[in-house]
Amino acid sequence: MIAGNLIALLTIFFKEIHRFMRIWPQTLLPPAITTALYFLIFGKLIGGRVGEVQGHTYMDYIVPGVILMSVISHSYSNVVASFYSTKFQRHIEELLVSPAPNWVILLGFVAGGVVRGLLVGCVVAGIASGFAGPPALNLGLCLGVALLTSVLFSLAGFINAVFAESFDDISLIPNFILTPLSYLGGVFYSVDMLPEFWRKVALGNPILYMINAFRFGWIGVSDVDIGMAFAMTGGAATLLACLSLWLLHKGVGIKN
Amino acid sequence: MNALLIKNLRKTYKNGFTALRGVDLDVEEGDFFALLGPNGAGKSTLIGIVSSLVTKSSGRVEVCGYDLDREPALAKRSLGVAPQEFNFNQFETVGSVVMNQAGFYGMPRKLAKQRTEYCLRQVELWDRRDTVSRRLSGGMKRRLMIARALVHAPRLLILDEPTAGVDIEIRHAMWDMLREVNRQGVTIILTTHYLEEAETLCRNIAFIDNGGINPKQDMHQFLHSIEVEHFVLDLAAPLAQAPAVEGYRLEWLNELQLAAAVPRDTGLNGLFVGLHALGIEVSSLRNKTNRLEQLFLNRLEIE
Repeated sequence: MIAGNLIALLTIFFKEIHRFMRIWPQTLLPPAITTALYFLIFGKLIGGRVGEVQGHTYMDYIVPGVILMSVISHSYSNVVASFYSTKFQRHIEELLVSPAPNWVILLGFVAGGVVRGLLVGCVVAGIASGFAGPPALNLGLCLGVALLTSVLFSLAGFINAVFAESFDDISLIPNFILTPLSYLGGVFYSVDMLPEFWRKVALGNPILYMINAFRFGWIGVSDVDIGMAFAMTGGAATLLACLSLWLLHKGVGIKN
Repeated sequence: MNALLIKNLRKTYKNGFTALRGVDLDVEEGDFFALLGPNGAGKSTLIGIVSSLVTKSSGRVEVCGYDLDREPALAKRSLGVAPQEFNFNQFETVGSVVMNQAGFYGMPRKLAKQRTEYCLRQVELWDRRDTVSRRLSGGMKRRLMIARALVHAPRLLILDEPTAGVDIEIRHAMWDMLREVNRQGVTIILTTHYLEEAETLCRNIAFIDNGGINPKQDMHQFLHSIEVEHFVLDLAAPLAQAPAVEGYRLEWLNELQLAAAVPRDTGLNGLFVGLHALGIEVSSLRNKTNRLEQLFLNRLEIE
């Protein structure tokens, strides 16, 4: 049974990898172009006039945030698009009739989202190396934060797909929640630059903690406590994993 | 041993519609079984519950002795389903669709490759293994779903309208293939709107309608219960109106055709003698409806 579940898991996982690799010009190339423009416009042209932030050039300061922002949006969009189209085309039924348990189905889709998120992160980091200074100060910490963040947002994408009833529904949350929270999560500025009231408001944004933890691993500066950042991200991921398994168990959005 | 055992199965959807009202059904291992009923009768709901795509309201389902609630993995492993609507990834190749399904069932890669080849050859799609599945014809897509349902070697195969939209030649080839699958020991449950298909292939039959089910019956005994058969007679010369022949009900269809209702215990000889006496020559005759179709319609009229 264990071997069977492992085979089922690998089948879903490689199917997911194959899906986004087959269309790599749509999945891996756009973030490279978008972030190259970010680095050119915000980092070089505008950043050159901003000066240093927390002892680093503006370009060096924004690189970790832009990398993690790409990880967040691509791990989310991979799972939400893949699982929703699986539902839409009804081949989710192939999995539901099979003996693959719910945790295998969830893990397979989430693993696909994590790999895409991390791959895009690597692509963006590669682009950044052409603009910014030396790479990660603490590679292990950076990888840990990126991994946990991509797991969290893959799960969030999965839940979005479960409830989505049209293709419009899968773009609502990225457009109206994820992107604003990412931009307001300290990608382009330190929260210490904000007035006290808005600084306190900004500390309520969970993405701020992930970006700062990643920035701490990348250049050694952070606006928040790193332990707190890991606890929040890990706790949220656990919560969303439990919710996803419950939704699958109940068949919400996928069974009559 | 029952390949499928259903006890007091009920399903009420969230909108209040009750699709199944306490259905009991048992299908013996090795059987070729027809589950018939009009649209909206509850067939798809019943199949959906057995294949874990629909959540039941209450009742018990066992597949090959495994309770679907208590031993879902073993029950699912024993079951293959080819649904009515295409539900495979249309962007994958034929080979990938079947290989992936084997993977979902936990089949090791080497065995999965062998089974994929075997099943695709069985449905005559092996030459199309590298074709993207959306490029297949309707009949090929139906066969692909059967190959996919068979890849993990299930003991019970449920086919929901397996030959819908398939031309007559391919349909007959599929019948041969399904007979062979059944001969190899796989129990098959079939729903179909082609009643000739059920009559030709199945040994036992049950009617489902309005959420209820009639006790299963032997197909031959069931067909034997027909009381009146309907024929169309082609005439050698034009006729202005229906003639009267004692013991038979004749209806004028057009000047060269008559419809005849023939009681089963009367036979056709008397009709021909009567027509001959009236100077009417019959050049050929055929069944107006398939026998099972006639019974099906009778049953619907009764209910």
